[in-house]
Amino acid sequence: MQAIIDQITATLRIAAERGQPLHIQGGGSKAFYGHPRAESAESLDITPYQGIVNYEPTELVITARAGTRLSEIESVLREHGQMLAFEPPHFASTATLGGCVAAGLSGPRRAAAGAVRDFVLGVRMLDGTGRDLHFGGQVMKNVAGYDVSRLMAGSMGTLGVLLEVSLKVLPLPAAEKTIGLEMNTAQAIKQMNQWAGKPLPITATCHVDGQLYIRLSGAETAIRTAQTQLGGESRSDGDTFWQSLREQTHPFFEPAASLWRLSVKSTAPEYHLPGKQLMEWNGALRWLTCQNDKDNQHSDSAAHVIREAATAAGGHATLFRGQHHTIPVFHPLTPALLSLHRRLKQQFDPAGILNPGRLYPEF
Amino acid sequence: MSPAPELINRLRAFLPPDAVLHDTEDLKPYECDGLSAYRQTPMIVVLPQTEQQIIQVLRLCHETHTPVVARGAGTGLSGGALPHDAGILMSLAKLNRILEIDPLARTARVQPGVRNLAISDAARPHGLYYAPDPSSQIACSIGGNVAENSGGVHCLKYGLTVHNILKLRVLTIEGELLEIGGEALDSAGFDLLALMTGSEGMLGIVTEITAKLIPVPEKAQLVMAAFDDIQSAGNAVANVIAAGIIPAGMELMDKITIHAVEAFLHAGYDLNAEAILLCESDGTAEEVVDEIARINTIMKSSGATGIRTSRSEAERLSFWAGRKAAFPAAGRVSPDYYCMDGTIPRKHLGQVLSGIETLSEHYGLRCMNVFHAGDGNLHPLILYDANTPGELEKTEEFGGKILEMCIQAGGTITGEHGVGMEKINQMCLQFKTDELQIFHGVKAAFDPQNLLNPGKAVPTLHRCAEFGAMHVHSGSEKFPDLPRF
Ligand SMILES: Cc1cc2nc3c(=O)[nH]c(=O)nc-3n(C[C@H](O)[C@H](O)[C@H](O)COP(=O)(O)OP(=O)(O)OC[C@H]3O[C@@H](n4cnc5c(N)ncnc54)[C@H](O)[C@@H]3O)c2cc1C
Ligand SMILES: Cc1cc2nc3c(=O)[nH]c(=O)nc-3n(C[C@H](O)[C@H](O)[C@H](O)COP(=O)(O)OP(=O)(O)OC[C@H]3O[C@@H](n4cnc5c(N)ncnc54)[C@H](O)[C@@H]3O)c2cc1C
Repeated sequence: MQAIIDQITATLRIAAERGQPLHIQGGGSKAFYGHPRAESAESLDITPYQGIVNYEPTELVITARAGTRLSEIESVLREHGQMLAFEPPHFASTATLGGCVAAGLSGPRRAAAGAVRDFVLGVRMLDGTGRDLHFGGQVMKNVAGYDVSRLMAGSMGTLGVLLEVSLKVLPLPAAEKTIGLEMNTAQAIKQMNQWAGKPLPITATCHVDGQLYIRLSGAETAIRTAQTQLGGESRSDGDTFWQSLREQTHPFFEPAASLWRLSVKSTAPEYHLPGKQLMEWNGALRWLTCQNDKDNQHSDSAAHVIREAATAAGGHATLFRGQHHTIPVFHPLTPALLSLHRRLKQQFDPAGILNPGRLYPEF
Repeated sequence: MSPAPELINRLRAFLPPDAVLHDTEDLKPYECDGLSAYRQTPMIVVLPQTEQQIIQVLRLCHETHTPVVARGAGTGLSGGALPHDAGILMSLAKLNRILEIDPLARTARVQPGVRNLAISDAARPHGLYYAPDPSSQIACSIGGNVAENSGGVHCLKYGLTVHNILKLRVLTIEGELLEIGGEALDSAGFDLLALMTGSEGMLGIVTEITAKLIPVPEKAQLVMAAFDDIQSAGNAVANVIAAGIIPAGMELMDKITIHAVEAFLHAGYDLNAEAILLCESDGTAEEVVDEIARINTIMKSSGATGIRTSRSEAERLSFWAGRKAAFPAAGRVSPDYYCMDGTIPRKHLGQVLSGIETLSEHYGLRCMNVFHAGDGNLHPLILYDANTPGELEKTEEFGGKILEMCIQAGGTITGEHGVGMEKINQMCLQFKTDELQIFHGVKAAFDPQNLLNPGKAVPTLHRCAEFGAMHVHSGSEKFPDLPRF
């Protein structure tokens, strides 16, 4: 394995010297996400650096190499009754741990359990000059030095090549049950937020097609009592439903001209925007899609309207699928934050070779 | 001539007279934080009341190259708020308003000087609370919590400060406002919210915090188990986790702590025990009944010599009282105590504790151990007498050795109290030069002139070189019997 690191390090050093952009290549599962790779970028394949380094169920920590497939990690955890509680989407069987952390995406359990960044305990990485760096560690609590490991989550490979990541893991719930209730969007927003403020074992919520889906997790007895309290119909397709949401295989997500992801304050009122909508995370995540371009979501002005709506609700909007050359994928940053991003990028990757433009065109 | 008079005049131009302190006696209360072994009188103390005033102070500091150190409630235990002799100490204590509680969205928007517990008090009428609960929560400020990424006894289940905040307003040293995070669960770009949390006042001044609130659990119950050796107690912790339980709190105390708190409080702790484990379950009533039954079974099978389960809220609080009184109890049995804060993988607990015992004998200093057992965060309290010449130095050396053991065990020198001034040398042992350079780079990206809390948290490479030379000289041969992991 050291030979692989040596090779990646050498590639980085040469690229840094020549100013040759690199595209960090995970499983390719999220290739649609973010700005496309720079045309001049050469691939840096991280997938050979794979395998679980250390897993101790009673310490609640797993450490694995970045090229390890997410599916492998999750199946090992399942054998020991544990899970990645942020339920990362895979989007393909090839999805890797490095890509999961770099993309920073979390699934249905996020509002209840936390996001990828909440579970990152430590990383080993190579910066843009090939320096081998360790931050954080394998323990739950660690405040020595700045929290560079969490900073890596969602940085889309622009700050470093992840080599190893340590994640906190959690026990699988003893039982889970999904219930469905019929209601409109406005009612659902209110209901999800009200229930989130009550001591109920709710671990996922979704509103789509006039149905509110609620997942309850924990002891059988606790689920039964909660269900009496919430009402609604038991659903037998619960697991399949949440899986289809997590992997975006639910019919709502069928290939469309564009898919917008609005991450907003959970109580933000219903959006009256063209296209179909789906809500998750107690209302804090709103998906907006249109099947064809008649809704015109691809125009710059439509993008502007969507982004304004997200900003007004204390959040941001991402053009998740359906890249379009004039519309930035990620929500534009304020000038002060953009210049801070560039200064940080400069520190980690002075030659600007790591996934340039993948997150923002400016770096 | 000292630059003070000129600066004082300029500060008075926008701050009321009582918000600019410079007389020696007025400065005195600010000369240290909770780590009183380190003291330094600042040049000037300012007590701004508004964000606008903070901006003006920062611009002035930036223009005149004056160091500035933020201070919340001054309960920090690593010297993070220790003043700079040629700098301004900025107290955020007057920014103490709760600006908004949004019960439906479950958020609290507060100023940095608000006390941790005040947030939960304000939220409780809505059935909500702010989860991180450092033992200092009646006093410490939320701004200080963000700067230290503070935890509490419930953080294995509910997370640290970083998991429980959504948004920060931060002022840079230039007085520029950054809005970091948002009201949504994530934000665009790099996760600067994570980077700011735990940054010890080195990157910016936090002027407003939007924190998450969560529902008050319906029920909480506590199991108190006694063990006749500490390793079995450690195993019991692992067995609870292995059974798929994440307790709301899991705290371990060693014999000397049990005796100190029992003498102080008469909480009914078993004085014959070598270790006492407190294990709390919270959630819905059904959840708690189920979990408490399982915890009881696990304690038995792990060899507990006595098990008690709280039968009422009053009893639950009385079981907790001893643990919560560990610090004051230490103060009763010794003129001074020094609180350490390492984290280790739990499986090494036995070895680390026996290492501490060896060190304790070597230095002739007693040491109490309280342990956030669920997440491996160890708080050895070294008992000493500052009036005995040389004893503080011995204590510091002892503490340093404990931290080194934590590193060797695959852990860290600080779980929640921060590096501050105190652990700056041990940073040289935990991180390599390249990593320290990245830290300095992060600092430079925010504060290129190094004016915010200079000299804390990240050692200069020069300092590490000096410490390294000294360390090799006095360190390795002296304790050949200590566990090396
Ligand atoms: C043969 C082939 C040809 C391709 N051609 C193109 C093309 O022409 N244009 C195009 O846009 N895409 C192309 N792709 C897809 C592109 O390479 C993917 O974007 C890339 O594989 C990202 O990997 P991923 O989706 O697994 O990453 P994921 O594993 O899903 O990762 C998502 C993000 O994380 C980053 N990342 C992954 N691993 C790490 C790590 N260890 N450290 C730091 N960051 C990491 C990735 O760079 C990416 O930004 C191609 C893929 C293949 C297999
Ligand atoms: C008895 C006792 C028990 C404790 N128990 C715990 C515990 O259980 N868990 C735990 O984690 N800690 C604990 N602590 C440590 C301490 O209370 C925490 O570190 C706390 O967060 C410090 O808050 P403060 O307001 O007192 O900050 P201060 O001590 O005033 O400052 C701490 C650091 O924060 C910076 N700072 C303060 N305010 C701001 C701001 N607005 N913007 C930027 N930087 C700022 C300062 O510069 C300094 O570096 C305990 C301390 C005591 C004395």
